[in-house]
Amino acid sequence: MTEVSPARDATPADAMAPASRLPLGWIKRDHLIYGASIIGLIVLWHLIATTFFKPQFFPPPLLVLSTGREMLESGELMEHVSISLQRILSGFLIGSAIAAPAGLLMGSIPIVRAIFDPYVQFFRFVPSLAWLTPVVIWFGIGETSKVLIIIYTTIFIVLINTMVGVSHIAPNKLRAAACLGATPLKAFIFVTLPATLPFILTGMRLAMGNSFATVVSAEMIAADSGLGYLIFNSRLWMATDKIFIGIVCLGALGLTTDRFFRYLIVRFAHQYGPIE
Amino acid sequence: MAEEFLVARDVSYRYAARRGVEAVSVLQRFSVSLTEGEFFCLLGPSGCGKTTVLNLMAGFLEPVSGVLTLAGRPIRGPGIDRTVVFQGDDALFNWLRTIDNVAFGLRMQGMSKERRHVVAGEYLRLVHLDGQENKYPGELSGGMKQRVQIARVLASDPKVLLMDEPFGALDAQTRGRIQSELVDIWHKTGKTIVFITHDITEAVLLADRIGVMTKGPESRLDAIIPVNLPRPRRRSSPGFGEIWERIDALIENEEA
Repeated sequence: MTEVSPARDATPADAMAPASRLPLGWIKRDHLIYGASIIGLIVLWHLIATTFFKPQFFPPPLLVLSTGREMLESGELMEHVSISLQRILSGFLIGSAIAAPAGLLMGSIPIVRAIFDPYVQFFRFVPSLAWLTPVVIWFGIGETSKVLIIIYTTIFIVLINTMVGVSHIAPNKLRAAACLGATPLKAFIFVTLPATLPFILTGMRLAMGNSFATVVSAEMIAADSGLGYLIFNSRLWMATDKIFIGIVCLGALGLTTDRFFRYLIVRFAHQYGPIE
Repeated sequence: MAEEFLVARDVSYRYAARRGVEAVSVLQRFSVSLTEGEFFCLLGPSGCGKTTVLNLMAGFLEPVSGVLTLAGRPIRGPGIDRTVVFQGDDALFNWLRTIDNVAFGLRMQGMSKERRHVVAGEYLRLVHLDGQENKYPGELSGGMKQRVQIARVLASDPKVLLMDEPFGALDAQTRGRIQSELVDIWHKTGKTIVFITHDITEAVLLADRIGVMTKGPESRLDAIIPVNLPRPRRRSSPGFGEIWERIDALIENEEA
């Protein structure tokens, strides 16, 4: 019997070098580069806008900022932001809630896949905006139509990612579960579901991005509120500063929700695989 | 001669034809008989169908003809009396901590969390992984992962351990250590072990008997070589080299 010291089996975690830090403590070098990069872009924006354009064609950052403050004070901005965010989140969450279970079933049960795969493969090439007019005719111009359009966008991305996830499960995992006494149902719950979770979460992150794009297009065509409406309507008045407000808000909102989503994954689901 | 325990009789297996690929007959009337508590190594040239034999014993595959029995009962489908240690580490559940990987089989049986953690902890001690309970598989080395697999199958208290080249991917030093640990565990638990390898040295170090398979396709058992060397064995043990040479000659004959 050979004596084994665990220390001789070096763990990969031990080998990881500590992240490079500055004397400032918690501020990492990456954070500083990140900040400098943002400031750099704003400076560049200012230089280009003031050098080559009139403010009404390319508003400089300070003008956008003051317009933004006016819109904040009047409550106009928050109204557009909150309505867009509401549409995105409800469509995104409902769509994910439908698509993840559907993808798991389609990935695991061949007959379910055989039945629904033709529809998935057909409709995933039809962009949601192609449906906008029929949907508005059927469901009216209210919130239902916009949320439905986002559900539609979300479903295909999450569904296909989930199916890919199921097909990527190592057969040895399911075999191991079977010989450890798992019934097919238990193997589904205790192996297929957790093994697919990273793919579901990745699909949801991708779908979130598409939801932003979709809501803006939908609001441009059929809405009287929301960031898409703000951007499109400002065009009529040549209010480029308001258009820029809309653009900045969309980017900031997308970035924030994605960061928040990533935080939730790292906080509660890190063991289900690294998501980047 | 002790009673027959794990038996394959005239087992044939064929992979079905696919478009552009003819049906391949992997095993042709393969027979072997193991006694309870035996350490049996299955050795053969690569592609000879060793893993197919193991998959049939595990119940992952069904034979085209012939029967497999365990303690007189025919083998139908996977069961907790025959658990498998796989070659790759992809058989571990990477979202579960070490302790919960080992306790997985007990969880399937409906054992309470406290009790199964106690049992799993004992098996982790048996494979010298105490202190690693709360790590995830991704944080363990290759040798440690295979130890987790061994603890996981033992925790379900199976009758037979089916091991498919479990140490094939480990470095030589780790492999040597874990081999002697396995013999130690086998002594303590008295399990019947079917161990697949293509490494003659490994087979001679571990086995009571070594089954040498013929080259595929249509493989069967070529010869069974008993290894009557006292344990613990070393490469330098008297008689080791002779058995090694004999098996090597058998396999070379096959590959020629």
